[in-house]
Amino acid sequence: MTRHYYPVLIESLQVVIVLLGAPLFVGWVRMLKCWTQGRSSAGLFQPMRDLLKLHVKDTVLAENASWIFRATPYIIFSATLLAGAIIPVISVDLPLSATADIIALVALFAIARFFMALAGLDIGTAFGGMGSSREMMVASLAEPAVLMSVFTVSLVSHSTSLSQMAHELSISPFILRPSLSFALLSFILIAIAETGRIPVDNPATHLELTMIHEAMVLEYSGRHLLLIEWGGMMKLFLFASLGIALFVPWGIAGIDNPAMLPVAVIALVVKLALVGVLIVYVETGLAKMRIFNVPEFLGTAFLLATLGMLSYFMLE
Amino acid sequence: MPSPFGIVSASVIAFLAISVLSCLLARKQAFLIYFSSTLSAIASLFALWGGFTSVLAGAAETSMLPIGLPDLPFYLRLDPVSGFFITVTGLMGFFVSVYSAGYLRGFLGQRSVTSLLVFYNIFMAGMLLVLLSDDAYFFMISWELMAAASFFLVCFEDEKRQNRKAAFIYLLIAHVGAVLILLSFGLMAGFAAGFENFQGYSFSAMRVAEITPVWASIAFFLAFFGFAAKAGVTPLHVWLPEAHPVAPSNVSALMSGVMLKTAIYGIIRVGFDILEISEWWWGGLVLSFGLVTAVVGILFALMQTDLKRMLAYSSVENVGIILIPLGLAMIFTSFGLTTLAALAMAATLYHILNHAVFKGLLFMGAGAVLHATHERNMEHLGGLIHKMKWTAPLFLVGCIAISGMPPFNGFVSEWLIFQSFLLTPALPSHLLNLLIPLGAALLALSVALSARGFVKVYGITFLGHWRGHHNTVVHDVGWPMRAGMIMAAFCCLLLGVLPNLVIGWVDVIPEMLVGGKIGATAQASGWMWLTPVAKERASYSAPLVFSGIVLVVGIAYLAFRARAVSARRAPLWDCGFEKVTNRMQYTSMSFSMPIRRIFGFVFSIKETVRVTGRRNAAFFPERFVYHIRIRDHIWNFGYKPIAEASFWLSRKVGRLQHGRIQIYLLYSFLTLILLLVFA
Repeated sequence: MTRHYYPVLIESLQVVIVLLGAPLFVGWVRMLKCWTQGRSSAGLFQPMRDLLKLHVKDTVLAENASWIFRATPYIIFSATLLAGAIIPVISVDLPLSATADIIALVALFAIARFFMALAGLDIGTAFGGMGSSREMMVASLAEPAVLMSVFTVSLVSHSTSLSQMAHELSISPFILRPSLSFALLSFILIAIAETGRIPVDNPATHLELTMIHEAMVLEYSGRHLLLIEWGGMMKLFLFASLGIALFVPWGIAGIDNPAMLPVAVIALVVKLALVGVLIVYVETGLAKMRIFNVPEFLGTAFLLATLGMLSYFMLE
Repeated sequence: MPSPFGIVSASVIAFLAISVLSCLLARKQAFLIYFSSTLSAIASLFALWGGFTSVLAGAAETSMLPIGLPDLPFYLRLDPVSGFFITVTGLMGFFVSVYSAGYLRGFLGQRSVTSLLVFYNIFMAGMLLVLLSDDAYFFMISWELMAAASFFLVCFEDEKRQNRKAAFIYLLIAHVGAVLILLSFGLMAGFAAGFENFQGYSFSAMRVAEITPVWASIAFFLAFFGFAAKAGVTPLHVWLPEAHPVAPSNVSALMSGVMLKTAIYGIIRVGFDILEISEWWWGGLVLSFGLVTAVVGILFALMQTDLKRMLAYSSVENVGIILIPLGLAMIFTSFGLTTLAALAMAATLYHILNHAVFKGLLFMGAGAVLHATHERNMEHLGGLIHKMKWTAPLFLVGCIAISGMPPFNGFVSEWLIFQSFLLTPALPSHLLNLLIPLGAALLALSVALSARGFVKVYGITFLGHWRGHHNTVVHDVGWPMRAGMIMAAFCCLLLGVLPNLVIGWVDVIPEMLVGGKIGATAQASGWMWLTPVAKERASYSAPLVFSGIVLVVGIAYLAFRARAVSARRAPLWDCGFEKVTNRMQYTSMSFSMPIRRIFGFVFSIKETVRVTGRRNAAFFPERFVYHIRIRDHIWNFGYKPIAEASFWLSRKVGRLQHGRIQIYLLYSFLTLILLLVFA
């Protein structure tokens, strides 16, 4: 194994981790949730089995679905996977990370959402439109907040390239910076909103008054649904690992340091497990909020992120 | 090889000649449309060529026309700054002229298009002359030529009251702006050669004039507000959403894509070239106006149900987005941060080019929808993706590009603007240190809101079911219109995938205006990588992202495509609800309801619901009537009082007018006495 192949190896390993780790992470969250609610769980691998089931099922298309409706699953899956290829999960030696920075990362998620919302409107049902409208409401407030939050980190690390940011923060000594604390707080709030978790959206609901994401995918089935579900799982996984890479990168493998990889994988698993605990703690303790309280929730996140950036300019 | 100046001048003369020829051919309308559009397209290509080579050459060419008033010849100058804007004008002029060949056929048999074609070509010539002129006198003449021609284009369908009103408001605000510009030129000319003679009217004299800081600031802001009226900066934007929807769509595409940019050109010319930035607060104020304009523009855009009105408000937003990096460039220049200023300037220019292309595309698309359905109101559209197989994907390209998503061009310029924000060091002014993070936040907000707005526009217009009352037969548009849109869409992709070529091409302009350049560092890692300052700070590889998207979508499709045998069509499921009708779809108004609720304080909303029924309407309603009217607060609090005050004043002055000759003679006599007393 020459040094030349090392980045390629890292990149492939990363894509595999994102593809397979996402359903496992969702399985872990669901398992924990079952335990805390006193139910018996279906196991860590249930989401994977769900995906496999969708893979063999037939696809049913609505009569008036256009090409947008059929293209959307592929676009969502690909955009999310591309996002997964640029977030440093186990090593900062990520070759593709330089092609797209955090701004492009946010834009990749935006593409997925743009098409999802269009697909919701495409079939012309009230539910689809409702889901799109709500999703875009949440997104239009969450996206600036997520940008502001990652901008604060990039100001601290003097870069917008993700692997550079993770590298910079992992080697710098731990100081409690006010800007980063604001950014982290805001990031957690937005990550909940962006990945459609309680209290903003409920991934397990099909109740018409509360649906956001689910309302848009109602008409999908078979392999189309597989791609959308898988994309959603990857998005949760990626937001978790983005938070880890930006705010607690310690343990990530440094430049040209293959020996560190096993440690990095273990560190990732431990951190993700803890993130899962956090998610379940929040979701079990809180009820879903009314849809028109969401803007206040996101406004708070936006304000916190702006405060973080302000405090960087004013104090640091 | 003719000089760039010669080529552009030939193009101007060609446009004027076409407009004269169009008058002569008024009898044969069908032939006139093809003839005039083809020639306009060729003349635009000349402008494009001349402008492009002038930026490439990087040198200024001047010329003097000994016409006009005695001793006051016209000065002309083509430097890279005007060259850039001429390129934009030529590019859009070409796309739109090709498109017009098809679009104008819609008027055949209804009304004569002669006046439209005559003024269209005068309008193009006027814009080019504004960009070429090098003295205040000729500038104002060209500026008025452009304004007057566009006035006649806006009120082309003048039998409608709404159109006449829109054109009047447009003319009024354009002239308030023109007066301010004139005052600013007067100030600068006065400082250049004294207030007693006229010799300071050329820009070259103004450049060397010694102006005291206070007067320089006054001159700059007079010019800024004058140009802002044309560009549609809040609170002077009210004419834009009135004029753009009623103008023919090819004209709206040009007005929005190019004419607004001539105003930005004016700000750049006066601010950077003639006056040279000295005070940091100029930039701070421009930045603040940009931010307010961007957010207000997109919020109003979200509320619109009229397709073209929505696009007009989105132009307001984009003018704001253009002013943001321009303000940053001014701030950086005043602190001597030349590299950063060059970056912000490149971002400004890039967004100017991008907005011209995608807004032109979107207006052409809206024109195609209008042409095919005779409907502008989104509430009566829907499902067009099944009927307009070409227009639908092309309009989608425009929507994605304007929402700032890769791989299209809007993303690149927004990326550059964000980079300018992020690279800002701590500045010596606390106010700016506060403004810059706030600016980044508001820019991010307006970009995200614009994605929302264009999901609505596309989703309601092209997706779902047809919402119209009767079954209109809708066909896709013909080849000339498709060609115009295809070229613009392709341009969106090209500008999004190969940003380095553009950055390298415009690099001479920041060098000339702010004394710094970024072309070398931006391309330091090869043509594929856009690295504004250093690879470690930030990098974006548009070609790789584009090929990545194509590759992964391809692989995902091959790996997981729904098997043809098993994919079947079925009626809508919709959670088991039956009998879903077209009227149960989300409408434009319902889609924007959450935003209306969150940002309600920005708008002046009047909402009425009336329930009628034979008896006990509250319990047995038979018919709901919902009415909503959304207006600018600015209209109520800013414009209405002024309009009322001027009417009041006119009535008072009107009392002097009796129509009797004796009274008027008395007035003259009294005036004479008064003059004699005081003289």
